Amino acid sequence: MSAASYGVTGTGQPVLVATDITKRFSGINALTDVSIEVGSGELVALIGPNGAGKTTFFNCLLGVLRSDRGEVHFCGRQIDGMTSHARARLGMARTFQRLELFGGMSVREHLWVAARSRSSRGSLVQDLIGRSQPTADENERVDATLELLGLTAIADKPAESLSLGRGRVVELGRALMCEPTLLFLDEPSSGLDTSETNDMGEVLLTVQAERRTSILLVEHDVPMVRRLAERTYVLDCGMTIAEGPTAEVLDSDLVRAAYIGTPVI
Amino acid sequence: MVGDLLENAVRGLPIGCVFALLAVGMVLNYKTSGVFNLAFSAQAYVSAAVFYLLRKDWEWSLLPAAFVAIAITGPLLGFILDRGLYRHLRTATPLAKLITSLGLLIAIPEIAKLALGFGNAPQKNPPVLWTVKRSDQFLWPEGSRFVLDAGEITTIVSTALVCLGLYVLFRRSSIGLQMRAVVESPRLVQLQGINAERVSLAGWMLSSFIAGLAGVLLAPLFAQLLDSDFFTLLVAALAATVFGNLTNLPKTFIGGISLGVLQAEMVGFLPTDSSLTAAVRPSLPFIVLLGLIIGRLVVARVRGTDASFESEVSDPLGGVDPPPPVPVAMLRPAWMTLGTRIFGLVVILIGLYLCHQVLDPYWLGLVVGGACLGVILLSMVMMTGIGGTVSLAQATFAAVGAFATAQLVDRTGMSVLAAMVIGGLIAAAVGGLVALPVIQLPPVYAALATLAFALFFEKTIRPVEAISGGNVPIRVPRPTIGGIDFTDNFTFLLLVMVLAGILSVAVILVRRGTTGRFLDALRGSPAAATSIGISPGRSRLVAFVLASFIAGFGGGLLASFNGQANYESSFVFLFGLVWLTMVVTAGSRSVQAALVSGITFFLFPALLKALFTWPGNYLSTNQSTSGLARTLLEIPDPTWAQSVAFILFGIGSFTYAKHPEGIIEFQTTASLNGTLRRIERRKARRTGSDPDIGTDATAIGLDDRSAA
Repeated sequence: MSAASYGVTGTGQPVLVATDITKRFSGINALTDVSIEVGSGELVALIGPNGAGKTTFFNCLLGVLRSDRGEVHFCGRQIDGMTSHARARLGMARTFQRLELFGGMSVREHLWVAARSRSSRGSLVQDLIGRSQPTADENERVDATLELLGLTAIADKPAESLSLGRGRVVELGRALMCEPTLLFLDEPSSGLDTSETNDMGEVLLTVQAERRTSILLVEHDVPMVRRLAERTYVLDCGMTIAEGPTAEVLDSDLVRAAYIGTPVI
Repeated sequence: MVGDLLENAVRGLPIGCVFALLAVGMVLNYKTSGVFNLAFSAQAYVSAAVFYLLRKDWEWSLLPAAFVAIAITGPLLGFILDRGLYRHLRTATPLAKLITSLGLLIAIPEIAKLALGFGNAPQKNPPVLWTVKRSDQFLWPEGSRFVLDAGEITTIVSTALVCLGLYVLFRRSSIGLQMRAVVESPRLVQLQGINAERVSLAGWMLSSFIAGLAGVLLAPLFAQLLDSDFFTLLVAALAATVFGNLTNLPKTFIGGISLGVLQAEMVGFLPTDSSLTAAVRPSLPFIVLLGLIIGRLVVARVRGTDASFESEVSDPLGGVDPPPPVPVAMLRPAWMTLGTRIFGLVVILIGLYLCHQVLDPYWLGLVVGGACLGVILLSMVMMTGIGGTVSLAQATFAAVGAFATAQLVDRTGMSVLAAMVIGGLIAAAVGGLVALPVIQLPPVYAALATLAFALFFEKTIRPVEAISGGNVPIRVPRPTIGGIDFTDNFTFLLLVMVLAGILSVAVILVRRGTTGRFLDALRGSPAAATSIGISPGRSRLVAFVLASFIAGFGGGLLASFNGQANYESSFVFLFGLVWLTMVVTAGSRSVQAALVSGITFFLFPALLKALFTWPGNYLSTNQSTSGLARTLLEIPDPTWAQSVAFILFGIGSFTYAKHPEGIIEFQTTASLNGTLRRIERRKARRTGSDPDIGTDATAIGLDDRSAA
């Protein structure tokens, strides 16, 4: 089953191909032969009940965990064995389920640090001669992203003073500054109320439209997935139980059973 | 051959039991409180000192003395530590707890010495717990070649009993289960209706009892009672705790016994006349400790996870804590920054004027020495404040620099300043090697690894004559630059100030530059920092190497001030621990904190000494003073100065848990907030609106959160 058969948007070239990822934790099969494909410019969702192995799968793809078996190809390149920061430099960026912000930094600095890391411009020598201030180009890019995400008004606030919803948008902005080919979003709506979730959905659609970034979304919020994702994979007990166009998958009996349980007749 | 092997193993058993007891006590302490309690050896020392006092000075009989020293003093100390201190630190970070324990390690033995009236006289020949000596009837097995005397058998039996008791406690009793839960999350445990306070207190008293027992048992191993010997032995025993992954009691026990046996086998089998054996033997436990930590790291790498390090306990309810304070630099208007800088400059100039015009040579010498030390302490700002790595080996890197400077000047006759720079580079190279494993470790393990390195250096490298000059320190002259001779202390002070200024600016530039911001990101969230492509290894390595350079350079400077590279008087690893607590207390990210701490370390004990000498002088000139006044004035003793200074340095570290930004930063923030509020109020008065609305919230940057 190729990604193209589902009408992948963009060039049709898959950005991410992961095959038969398997991970065990001291006897527990966290993942068994899970495969996934994300096409260029596509927004794909990965859903499943708590404990299905979504975050473990995420971590295997991003190099935080090493899988026991399976291969990950990113933009046609095999990346197994690469560290997570090396993968980030290739164009994989992410957000976190529990906020991971940098204490003591403003929103603008969060974005700038990511931009600096992306450009590999900083060096110790430049630090020592006092030439490591943000460049005009970096400032421009940071401002553009702040504008895109509606963060301009709070750009100079310390990030730890922000609400959860705002914090998630800052994480998204930080990830975008890495100019990712593929963006991994780990439950962006968790802990947000309905209106904040809707706002987040809007922001994601804008990002996808303006930056042409592929997105892999792990999410619990079914209405959000229905609204955003073109295709959906469903994980349960570490195995893929369904995949296909979002509407079909969400309405299938198998998925309902996994989420709600089998009806007793 | 096999017989020898067995005999050596039996010989190693008693010391192995002492290692096991210390290690098991540490692990118990860690399991039940989340504190990696480096002051465990200090607690052991207190019990040993009490036992010494009761047996030798007060001539009590064995049983009551042992009871008071082990079963009363030990748990009592645990009670005081928990109720008075650690109860308030239950949810502090592992780093804060580690720093606090360092402070205790410094303060407790000094308090004990003052309280027990030991003074400066050494306590020779500590009493044994059992009076029957080797070759008496308690040999085991009777008539064989194996020789264990009654004291050693007591050690083995009590260790076995303690370990068995702990095993039963954790496996079979509900209090054991509760103890483990309290470490995970005291708040969650409270929600379950369990009194976390009481459980934790029980853990502290139990582990302190073990500390007391270990102290009394191991005291006779040394010719005299010294707290530093206790700490060295504790670090040796730490290899066993690492073997047990800091949490596994049976494995820790086995690790301790094996360490003792391994040491005895080495003594038995290595050639006794080899200089290599002589050099390596005293640092065997530290090599084992370092080897185990690196081994764990390799295993973690091969498995591709961090699962080999289970030391970091994170509280599931940690998210309910308020956010840390916003650094002053983010709030301060530019004019205020300029004002603070001008103020600082004026203070320095007045200080220099006083040094030149007012101070006599003795006090001037202390200031210059303190300024040299300030340069070494700048390395801690780089290492810990900016790099986020806890290194307990900064004094050692300074020693590397000092020895290198001395050797270069002595052998090649090169310029002293050039030798200091090369000495710094050599220290940086050594630091780079040490950093390779250390930067990948969580804080507690990083601290242990650097400690192991420091002790390895002290026991094995330091005695090598080709490096340190052996027992006679190598002379280091004062530098001469462009015809200016810096032999005079005041001119040397000016040179040190210039060099300290240059290095401070470099440190600040790195802190503000890309490297510093990347390190800030890594400290804020390692996961997020790597997710944007920051390589944790590279950034931390840069900070570690720079810090080692600064330490090495400062070491050369201090040696040049002293006229010689004297390890014992300047670079003992224990000094490194005191320095770290001082810098961290004052503010680990601020260069002012480093310089102030350096000068304080030299000046403060001397000030105290002057203070304690004054009453005696007063009495000798005013013979007529009598009654209560005389009694009170006769109390202070000038020999207390060093102890009191160390006690205060140690106790100062308790503020770290509450103000991790340091006292200097805390005070600056407080006065800055005060000033901003006054300005707001004045503005408000002028415009006629309510002065109090909005000022506090903007000052500490919390308005968005409270709105949400």
